Amino acid sequence: MTRKSMTGNEAVAYAMLQVNPDVVAAYPITPQTSLMQKFADYVADGMVDTELVTTDSEHSAMSATVGASAAGARAMTATSSNGLAYMWEIVYIASSTRLPIVMPVVNRALSGPINIHCDHSDAMGARDSGWIQLFSENAQEAYENMIQAVRIAEHPDVLTPVMVCLDGFIISHGMETVEVFDTETVKKFIGTYTPQNPLLDVDNPTTYGPLDLFDYYYEHKRQQIEGMEKSRDVILDIGREFASICGKTYGHFEEYKTDDAESVILVLGSTAGTTKGVIDKMRAQGEKVGLIKLRTFRPFPHQELAGILGKFKAVAVLDRAASIGSLGGPLFTEVRCAMLGQDSVPIVNYIYGLGGRNIGMADIESVYQDLSEITASGQVKNLVTYLGVRE
Amino acid sequence: MPTIKEIVKQPERLAPGHRLCAGCGAPIAVRQILHATTDKVVVGCATGCLEVTTTTYPFTAWKVPFIHNAFENSAATVSGVEAAYRSLKKQGKLPADKKIKFLAMGGDGGTYDIGFQSLSGAMERGHNMVYVCYDNGAYMNTGIQRSSATPKGASTTTSPAGTVQQGKKEFPKNMTACMIAHDIPYVAQASIHNYMDAIKKFEKAFLVEGPAFVNILAPCPRGWRYPGEKTVEMARLAVESCFWALFEVENGKYRLTGESARLAKNPDKIRPVMDWMQEQGRFRHLKLPKNADLVVEIQEEVKRRWQWLLKLVEASNS
Ligand SMILES: Cc1ncc(C[n+]2csc(CCOP(=O)(O)OP(=O)(O)O)c2C)c(N)n1
Repeated sequence: MTRKSMTGNEAVAYAMLQVNPDVVAAYPITPQTSLMQKFADYVADGMVDTELVTTDSEHSAMSATVGASAAGARAMTATSSNGLAYMWEIVYIASSTRLPIVMPVVNRALSGPINIHCDHSDAMGARDSGWIQLFSENAQEAYENMIQAVRIAEHPDVLTPVMVCLDGFIISHGMETVEVFDTETVKKFIGTYTPQNPLLDVDNPTTYGPLDLFDYYYEHKRQQIEGMEKSRDVILDIGREFASICGKTYGHFEEYKTDDAESVILVLGSTAGTTKGVIDKMRAQGEKVGLIKLRTFRPFPHQELAGILGKFKAVAVLDRAASIGSLGGPLFTEVRCAMLGQDSVPIVNYIYGLGGRNIGMADIESVYQDLSEITASGQVKNLVTYLGVRE
Repeated sequence: MPTIKEIVKQPERLAPGHRLCAGCGAPIAVRQILHATTDKVVVGCATGCLEVTTTTYPFTAWKVPFIHNAFENSAATVSGVEAAYRSLKKQGKLPADKKIKFLAMGGDGGTYDIGFQSLSGAMERGHNMVYVCYDNGAYMNTGIQRSSATPKGASTTTSPAGTVQQGKKEFPKNMTACMIAHDIPYVAQASIHNYMDAIKKFEKAFLVEGPAFVNILAPCPRGWRYPGEKTVEMARLAVESCFWALFEVENGKYRLTGESARLAKNPDKIRPVMDWMQEQGRFRHLKLPKNADLVVEIQEEVKRRWQWLLKLVEASNS
């Protein structure tokens, strides 16, 4: 392992350098752009074998990635926000074609109004697209998620594309010390890729993307769902195997100081890091606070969460995206669904950080204070709170 | 260039039994394309009549590797396949002597309209691929809606002839000119009725290093409203009236081919565009006396475009 000073985007580009995908197709969009620029440097310097296809749009980028993957290549693209929205149609086609594409999504608020900063509305918009979605707390995790994503996506029981989500600017442009593996270790971990029925096996022609009507579509969707279901264990297995090279195990989520915790926050992405800071501070003052940092939003670990959330006195789910017209944000509805039948724990929702609105330690601390009030009074005043907004 | 005798002995790469209408021009074009090379071909096709009728799961009419992705991205998709080929070959993951050609197809809707950007990008990036538009002059798969390829005056389901509107109001986009403007090595216009002319063009398109574009007129009995057995005749009349010129542009040099080359020498043999239109139900209303001016206007524009093409032929060869 080598320690390097890197932004999140550089760390992801470095993972791509080590994976050495056969084809990458991409289109610029802030805050993803600097990722692909870095990768383009590797291409220009002959450090990868990749054919970089710089398309006319994200729609074409995803389309070319699908073509390359169906051809039998290890294929990647990357995007953010409107770019993901623009490729949306093909995002579904990629997953239903069972193509093991890996795509970093540098999370940015969806327009409109247009905004370039972080929230999770882009990834949440694609939550039903049949992609595995891994969230990262920092550049280190983004790097390590990228490497594991290749294995997860290509696993024969899974064959499902993976989005590696990292918070725009906060992670993508923040400089961190990242420990990187030597390339041989990465290559050994990911192994070589043997595609099934690739287009380029011209002597055994396969038809991709046929018209699939009421007599088969449903079965194919059912199989796709099964691939996602199978990924649950595969993600855990690969996370455990990953420990052998990095010493840290990856699961569906990470618990931070939850053993004796009474008030717990559940959150995705970089805000987990801020929350850890708050926890350390509050614990020094004797507060029993903890964190669950979710890594896999898809597949969502309902059972595992249901198995542990019941032991806390109050839980706050923090959503960096709204689901307008729903009861709270997308993460909240999932958690509530997971906890169906377990009414003993009050679970409340905080929408925060939309369009990059800063979330500071004081904000997180106020959530823990709310939770201890709920525990003390036994009453939930606000099921959904908009944190840090001017009302 | 194979002879017709040799061609009929080649194995068919589009199997019979697909569900295209009797008299459809598209499968004629596909056979011409796939007969134009003996190399292996990977085919991509946009959503549209050709794709839905040849791939209804669990069947496929394609005896070659085939990919349909979506409506607007046939060119982008095949550009990814072609990039994969280059990458894998360069890395020795495919045998160095494995020669594969790449073909992307789309209807006029998938080419002139919704797939325009994707096609433009793929051509500009210089992928070694052939893009073929089978132009039937409307969105046929969804029920004959107007496209930017639909001729002026044609009645479609979204540009119907009514009491105050006489079919499509606009002249068709000159898509072939748009592709010529990309300065790619090979662009051609063909028609399914002239078999050898079309095959020769596809052969050249496949041989070219880099991107090639061929726009082939593929009449549609349902959409144009003529009996299915007249498809070849409809295509021929379009060329004989100079509504649709046969030509190619090789590295910037224009050359008329087939009937169009002959008509350039014998302009008095050019048939009035009404000879073509009057055979088709979609232009039926143009026979009404009130539309006489419209017919004149259409004829003028057909003439103007033909004359302009002649000038380009002259200018690029002088
Ligand atoms: C994004 C998108 N918009 C619309 C459609 C509906 N649609 C499918 S095929 C088609 C028309 C195809 O027309 P054309 O490209 O001319 O081919 P043809 O059917 O005439 O062969 C349309 C509008 C679609 N599948 N996808």
